[in-house]
Amino acid sequence: MSLKYLLGRLAVMVPVFFLVVTLVFFMIRFAPGGPFSSEKSVSPAILKNLEAKYHMDEPLSRQYLHYLKDLLHGDLGPSFKHANRTVNEIIAEALPVSLELGLLSLTWALMIGICAGGLAALKPNTSWDYIPMSFAILGICLPTFVVGPVLVLVFGVWLQWLPVAGWESWQDRVLPSLTLGFAYAAYISRLTRGGLMEIRMQDFIRTARAKGLSESDILLKHSLRGGLLPVISYLGPALAGIITGALVTETIFNIPGLGRFFIESAVNRDYTVVMGTSLLYFTLIFVCNFLVDIFYALLDPRVKYV
Amino acid sequence: MNPILSIKNLQAHFHTRRGVVKAVNGISYDLFPGETLAVVGESGSGKSVSQLSYLRLLASPPLKIPGGQVFYRDKDLLKLSDAELRKIRGDKITMIFQEPMTSLNPYLTVGAQLIEPLVIHRKKAKSEAWQAATAALERVGISNASNAMKAYPHEFSGGMRQRVMIAMALTTEPEVLIADEPTTALDVTVQAQILDLLKSIQKENKMALLLITHDLGVVANIAHKVVVMYAGRVFEKGSVDDIFYRSEHPYTQALLKSTPRVDRDDKILPAISGNTPDLIQIGSGCPFYERCSYRTDLCQAEFPQVRLGLKGHERYCHVEKVSS
Amino acid sequence: MSEIMAQSQSIVNEEGQSLWADAWFRLKKNHLAVLGLCFLVFEMMLFFGVPLISTVGYEAQNLELTLAAPSFQHWLGTDTLGRDLFQRLLYGGRISLTVGILASLVSAIVGVIYGSVAGFLGGKIDGFLMRVVDVLYALPFIFLVIILMVYFGRNLILLFVALGLTQWLTMARIVRGQVLSLRHKEFIEAAKSLGIRQRKIVLRHLIPNTLGAVIVYLTLTVPSVILEEAFLSYLGLGVQAPMASWGTLIKEGVDVMDQAPWLLFFPALCLSTTLFSLNFLGDGLRDALDPKGAKD
Repeated sequence: MSLKYLLGRLAVMVPVFFLVVTLVFFMIRFAPGGPFSSEKSVSPAILKNLEAKYHMDEPLSRQYLHYLKDLLHGDLGPSFKHANRTVNEIIAEALPVSLELGLLSLTWALMIGICAGGLAALKPNTSWDYIPMSFAILGICLPTFVVGPVLVLVFGVWLQWLPVAGWESWQDRVLPSLTLGFAYAAYISRLTRGGLMEIRMQDFIRTARAKGLSESDILLKHSLRGGLLPVISYLGPALAGIITGALVTETIFNIPGLGRFFIESAVNRDYTVVMGTSLLYFTLIFVCNFLVDIFYALLDPRVKYV
Repeated sequence: MNPILSIKNLQAHFHTRRGVVKAVNGISYDLFPGETLAVVGESGSGKSVSQLSYLRLLASPPLKIPGGQVFYRDKDLLKLSDAELRKIRGDKITMIFQEPMTSLNPYLTVGAQLIEPLVIHRKKAKSEAWQAATAALERVGISNASNAMKAYPHEFSGGMRQRVMIAMALTTEPEVLIADEPTTALDVTVQAQILDLLKSIQKENKMALLLITHDLGVVANIAHKVVVMYAGRVFEKGSVDDIFYRSEHPYTQALLKSTPRVDRDDKILPAISGNTPDLIQIGSGCPFYERCSYRTDLCQAEFPQVRLGLKGHERYCHVEKVSS
Repeated sequence: MSEIMAQSQSIVNEEGQSLWADAWFRLKKNHLAVLGLCFLVFEMMLFFGVPLISTVGYEAQNLELTLAAPSFQHWLGTDTLGRDLFQRLLYGGRISLTVGILASLVSAIVGVIYGSVAGFLGGKIDGFLMRVVDVLYALPFIFLVIILMVYFGRNLILLFVALGLTQWLTMARIVRGQVLSLRHKEFIEAAKSLGIRQRKIVLRHLIPNTLGAVIVYLTLTVPSVILEEAFLSYLGLGVQAPMASWGTLIKEGVDVMDQAPWLLFFPALCLSTTLFSLNFLGDGLRDALDPKGAKD
């Protein structure tokens, strides 16, 4: 993979990022209502003070430039709703929680998905194939906001095995990460099965057999790498999906992560927090996709980006 | 001398939804050490399936081997366990395939694939195997072999990849090399180079080469003996001269007539009329019956017994005398 | 053996039917797809037929009979305000399906135009347009939709336009690929040599010929839009009360699931079976319209 391609990709990111900042900024500001419009008890004088404090009394173009300048310095501004807290502080607190949830979900989705898909591919048209694949179809058609509550109901309310809210102990991690990972485990198992089945029909597998390799060597050395490529290329969209899915999961399980802050701030019109978290999401997803592409190119020697 | 590989009455059937495809119907021939045997036939004659079947390189099901024996020295390969067969396959008996473009793993370097037979069968350390594999690459005429070891298959042309395949099949110095249409997918000039390479390697190693091909030109160039197959049956066996000059089988003759020759001034190449039979419908008679100009009622009823000629020339035909 | 299979395949194809009749023939042999189609037709009839003959409205409250279990009178029970769940499910289904279909149409229109322009013009313009699509692919549109919904009011038209605009990228890619391969076919060359204008070639020749792929992808877009809508509604950012969609019904069900689990169960069941059916139908259509096409 050429360095030129990598730099090119990064170079495209800069104007796109700028566009997104501009779009979101003006979208929010042109919308009717403001962060303080719901607080009817606030007197006009205090409102004026508040607006001055957040530069809301200045012309929009000045505010925009002001925001851009701060952004360049990595400053996402103060929160409108959480007094005395900056967006940076909120993100610093919430991001690790969301990252942990996301990575946990993805890890087990990969583990379960690849194992189930691999078994299904090795023993096609047996119950090793049918049972996991039926679950997989279920996983794809059951949204997070159904799986989560059902898990809460069964394991939290009826059986009382696991806690249903919070983010303190390891038990708190189980249900949310199961909820979030379920759909991806399902999808990954289907991709793994398809990828492996496809690879195992290739001529080079017959060559490997003709050389006298054992079936386990054929699977590990000759099939997995190519067979998992569809899974690798799905990781980009999966990460984006997990980030979006975390919005719901964090709300269901009352987890103090980024997703919950985003939804809360969006409803409360906390401009700067919405801006900040959106930008963070965009950057995260862009970077993840970028890394996935590099990883893919490393695994498949035939891919040459020019 | 005892044969190194002896196929006796081998059958191979595919069980499909449409019915049982009888791809190989009781074939027998021997391969002796140090000789090149060409198995000739049209596509669908079972020449390739018969090899792949006893080496267990076909998915089973649908493949079933209802009968027959395949001896490597004194071992019946069909009776061995998978693990026992694996010790012979890829070590004593190696194979190269028709499609050099897809027969190498695109995700691994050439070197990683070349060293595998030595590592598995000879328990060699990777570095030692690497050196031996590099030498093998040089031997098949790849210049700059140590660089080629680190390259990926897609960086090579078809002919070069077939050389890599040959090198890979030679690393363990096998007693039998089965080459399944090794030149069919290549350009004509490259075909000649690969054939010359196989010929010289066969001579040097004194190994037995079993060459599967549909190309009579290839046969004339390289083979000592020839087996002619049609629709899962052996029709004729003999030396190259037996087949090319003394054939008394209607099918072999028709095949020879439909092949262009430099030493003959052909105005028209007569094609064999009709189609190869449906391998599901095939009965106990001679499968060439429909297309044969010598056919009798006996041909339709049963497959002929062997007729022995001179010096091991065998043919399977009810017709006493075929005019050429 | 592959030869044999190829033979039997060609026998089927040689039966000399039009593309559509042939596709219908193949679709009928796919039991899951047919089952999905039947279910969807049945559902549509319920959604749009029952309200015509029913006497109970979806808004009719009965505060004396809240959270009632399924009974003869209320087949699927009642919600916190004593509203009949069956009626509300039908109503929610109408909203969900309508949003799903309309948003998919929006995405199809944008995607088809964009894709066929890129494919037809080709060259540098095509390269640029597709690069734009690649970049947009990496953007999580759902966040923009959330911001839009929050700040510009939760109205239905904005909702399906916004959802439609998140889905057109893949459609554009598919159509572009189709157009690119069709471009060099003889009948297009013939049209060009007759001096027919480009715009007319696109409208009269290219778009009709990409219809198969568009229909297939359209069928597969509907469930993902329905899912997105339910997702937004669940977060309280989609359809607003007193209107209801399956997303809002699931949300209401979740709130009372420990007392009345059926309020969660039935809406979830409806949503899932509909998603199932649409996905199976889409897969079936894909196989039927393009028998050579690879499955994912």
